Amino acid sequence: MSTAAIPQGMPQYEDKPRFDVEKVRADFPMLDREVNGHRMVYLDSGNTSQKPRQVLEVMQAHLERHNGNVSRSVHTVGTEATEAYEGARAKVARFINAPSVDEVVFSKNATESINLVAYSFSDRADDPRFRIGPGDEIVISEMEHHSNIVPWQLLCERTGAKLRWFSITDQGRLGLDKLEDLINERTKIVSYALVSNTLGTINPTSAITTRAKQVGALVMLDASQAVPHIPVDVQDLNVDFIAFTGHKMCGPTGVGVLWGRYELLNAMPPFLGGGSMIETVSMSGSTFAAPPARFEAGTPPIVEVVGLGAAVDYLSGIGMEAIAWHEKELTTYALDALLAVPGLRIFGPETPVGRGGTLSFALDGVHPHDVGQVLDSVGVEVRVGHHCARPVCARFGVPAMTRASFYLYTTTEEVDALVRGLDQVRKIFG
Amino acid sequence: MRLDQLYQEIILDHYKHPHGRGLRDPFGGEAHHVNPTCGDEVTMRVAVDSAGVLSDISYDGQGCSISQASASVLHELLRGRRADEAARVHEAFAELMGGRGAVEPDEDLLGDGVAFAGVAKYPARVKCALLPWMAFKDAAARAGVAVTSPAA
Repeated sequence: MSTAAIPQGMPQYEDKPRFDVEKVRADFPMLDREVNGHRMVYLDSGNTSQKPRQVLEVMQAHLERHNGNVSRSVHTVGTEATEAYEGARAKVARFINAPSVDEVVFSKNATESINLVAYSFSDRADDPRFRIGPGDEIVISEMEHHSNIVPWQLLCERTGAKLRWFSITDQGRLGLDKLEDLINERTKIVSYALVSNTLGTINPTSAITTRAKQVGALVMLDASQAVPHIPVDVQDLNVDFIAFTGHKMCGPTGVGVLWGRYELLNAMPPFLGGGSMIETVSMSGSTFAAPPARFEAGTPPIVEVVGLGAAVDYLSGIGMEAIAWHEKELTTYALDALLAVPGLRIFGPETPVGRGGTLSFALDGVHPHDVGQVLDSVGVEVRVGHHCARPVCARFGVPAMTRASFYLYTTTEEVDALVRGLDQVRKIFG
Repeated sequence: MRLDQLYQEIILDHYKHPHGRGLRDPFGGEAHHVNPTCGDEVTMRVAVDSAGVLSDISYDGQGCSISQASASVLHELLRGRRADEAARVHEAFAELMGGRGAVEPDEDLLGDGVAFAGVAKYPARVKCALLPWMAFKDAAARAGVAVTSPAA
């Protein structure tokens, strides 16, 4: 492995933790397969990551040896299942440095986690921090995934609150120039992406959390594209909520996480009603369990949670610092390589600083669908379309983008394959 | 290469040199359709004369080569036809696209539309090809003519 732009042997980089990428690749069965007669080059990890054998084995072993329902059985396998489920909660809590394991709520996905918080706000909320109505404001950003837009639009429709937006600069960074105006005494919550799923931008937090605390607003981060790729420490971030999903971080689909400060979770009403989330139920009414159980109605995605725990173990074993550095080197290499492609325009930061390994681009005159189709014909799997972030596309004046997104198993050779594929695209549509 | 089937010369030709593109007046009905998964969009206008002939079909849009070429082919095929004839062509095209590559296209009926036979093998792209046709159906209905076949 070498990169063009970061000189090898530079003393300031020697202390960076590294890992053997080929050895890591051997853990991922999917990376062996072919697509259309070519070795698959999987550059769509921002969409969903591949899963290492270690995760698949833990899930299979759980279903073969420890399958029972959780939190309600006195029998042995039920107890084992509960231990596995709660053990995974503890792993996730450690992974994001949560002060308490009870601050980790399992959901279906990051979308559900964000909805859970959005539905905690109402005009009748007991806690004033969650009481919202006309005159109140919610702040999000133009670079959000639809999952961090639509729940807030719906909340505004229900309550008459106003939705306000951080802009995006031409360089693809969050526009912070009107911070004081945007986040003010009327703001109830600020919710934005820690890492953009389209532009790759790693957004700042301290200026925003400082301002939010000044005016008494809550802060939520959509960390779906952050937790898989960079070290995330919720105490260091000093925010109130983060949401992320299992399947983008080597875990299975069907499980997401909401982390929230316990005191806030405890002030929030239930989201979905049902089994497991109650304290007592009578015909005249019910009382509810403490968090996190309050927000985990019904049988949870048990084996998926266990798989997420295994994914956390896997990522921790390699080290998030090392993964982040690998992706940074790769991004440096890829930015150089892509910017040399004639007619190619990058959306988002063109320097590998304050950005992750998600690169969206346009190839002059060729629609992303066609780019993606030609790339697929040579085995290169990229995402094309609006990436569930139409406002970003609108901001940059394009209907859609092509996106290559990297992960710990991505190599510079795969970036080269992408560039070769783009040459092919230009030949067909040139 | 399999890709050739998808991007037949005919499709690329319609994409690079679209026929009848641009919204025109007068028209009896208009419809705007988007493909929510990819952001492709097309606006179709249909004008019907007193004899029930589709006297003009005009369109504009943005999107991939498949969706935009498909609009161009639609214009070529359906403009100047009676609504009932257009319905037959519409039905044949929809059948071709839903056939997963197993339907043998009728060139007499579909003209350049046969080039889309290869697209039918790519489920992710079928919606691209159908986008203008669905918009057309709505626009025609708003212009007072039905292009839905009795069977559908």
